[in-house]
Amino acid sequence: MLLLGGTPAQATEEYALLQVAEPFIELHTGPGVGYPVFHVVDRAGFVEVLKRKTDWFKVRTADGKRGWVARAQLEKTLTASGENTHLKEPALGDFSQRHWEFGLLGGVFNNAAEIGLYGGYAFTRNLSAELSGAQVLGDYSSSYLLNLKLLSQPFPRWRVSPFFSLGGGYLSTRPRTTLVPPRDSNDFTAHVGLGLRTWLSRRFILRAEFNRYVTFSSDDNNEEFKEWKAGFAFFF
Amino acid sequence: MEGRLRILLLSALCVPCLWSATALAADGGTDRAAEQQVIQPKIDRREVGIDEIDSEDFEISVFGGLLSTEDFGANAVIGARVAYHVSEGVFFEATYGRSTTSESSVERIYGGLPALTDSGRILSYYNVSLGYNLLPGEAFIGRNWAFRTALYVIAGAGSTTFAGDDRFTINFGAGYRFLATDWLALHIDVRDHIFDIDVLGYSKTTHNLETTAGLSVFF
Repeated sequence: MLLLGGTPAQATEEYALLQVAEPFIELHTGPGVGYPVFHVVDRAGFVEVLKRKTDWFKVRTADGKRGWVARAQLEKTLTASGENTHLKEPALGDFSQRHWEFGLLGGVFNNAAEIGLYGGYAFTRNLSAELSGAQVLGDYSSSYLLNLKLLSQPFPRWRVSPFFSLGGGYLSTRPRTTLVPPRDSNDFTAHVGLGLRTWLSRRFILRAEFNRYVTFSSDDNNEEFKEWKAGFAFFF
Repeated sequence: MEGRLRILLLSALCVPCLWSATALAADGGTDRAAEQQVIQPKIDRREVGIDEIDSEDFEISVFGGLLSTEDFGANAVIGARVAYHVSEGVFFEATYGRSTTSESSVERIYGGLPALTDSGRILSYYNVSLGYNLLPGEAFIGRNWAFRTALYVIAGAGSTTFAGDDRFTINFGAGYRFLATDWLALHIDVRDHIFDIDVLGYSKTTHNLETTAGLSVFF
């Protein structure tokens, strides 16, 4: 109750203090459009921003009321220096200048289901390197696939941006224990591929790709595989 | 020639004129800025940026419950999850769980050799899922307490390691999230894990229902 009664000037923790510039902003009971509006702060009133959940901000009013304000409304306030509140949100421009990218891809490898993770670093806008690991789960075997590859992105400024890739890796396959005789295989692989990345919103990327693999089998009987996969990624 | 000289002289005169004109305009600008400052005298000049606000979009949780593994009994399961909330509706979740299954009816009735080794009897799974807060709302306890809740649906894919093999697994289900505070939540989840199994001599698709309760922390 002491905290509730505190005014912004008496608050011990430092929070951003904003002044309402529109006729009013609405305080919801929770961080979502459906939660009821229980209070409004009129123009020139102050709110302190306590925390954020997705696109909602928990604020405290001068008389101690706490509620959630939508991002669109919070941006219609003034900061301590009298400027319009502006939230730095990643945009399409940041997408074309990203350095780190991490994602999750699922798909089909040689007619078996595949799930995997990857991380990449862009040296320039056009060239990046990626390390990925995936598990391939088939009816007769399960495999682990580890890859390192270089990606070339000829049109980094496009919202839907194609890329070409070339890389190598390692494929470790273990047949089902119910098969007789089970024989493990561990092979080096090389692959070429092409794909598309598209900026969704904020830090999110949608990505799809096709790769063609050749495995250098220890028994001198090289095999070729096709891989289709798609998924989500986020970037920094 | 005379005309050219005149132009040269005039332009030489005009440069300082333009200079002072722009300087005057700039002065006017600072005056206006100062006026705006006068209108806002009560603003407390604390430099805490809005982009430094603590965001609570990640959620980490532990859970325990019962996993009914088809043919191998209903057994205790424990696990952990990490979730990332993209928007007020959508979240991603990665889960790892582990259970030790019991003997199948076939093993119990007919005795003889067990169908699985001790390590094969341990079931572990991981999956990555996409969830949606279908029915967000509030729950009330008495007159003074209101808690945020959500009924969510979730589906995803992953791998289950059981009976010595990794099996591609689809999962779907629903859950109820009860936020005790902004950062602490209780969960109740029901999931169906669907995978193919061929341990008992033939291949079949199994449905493995899991009921769990969990505790999560947002950060």
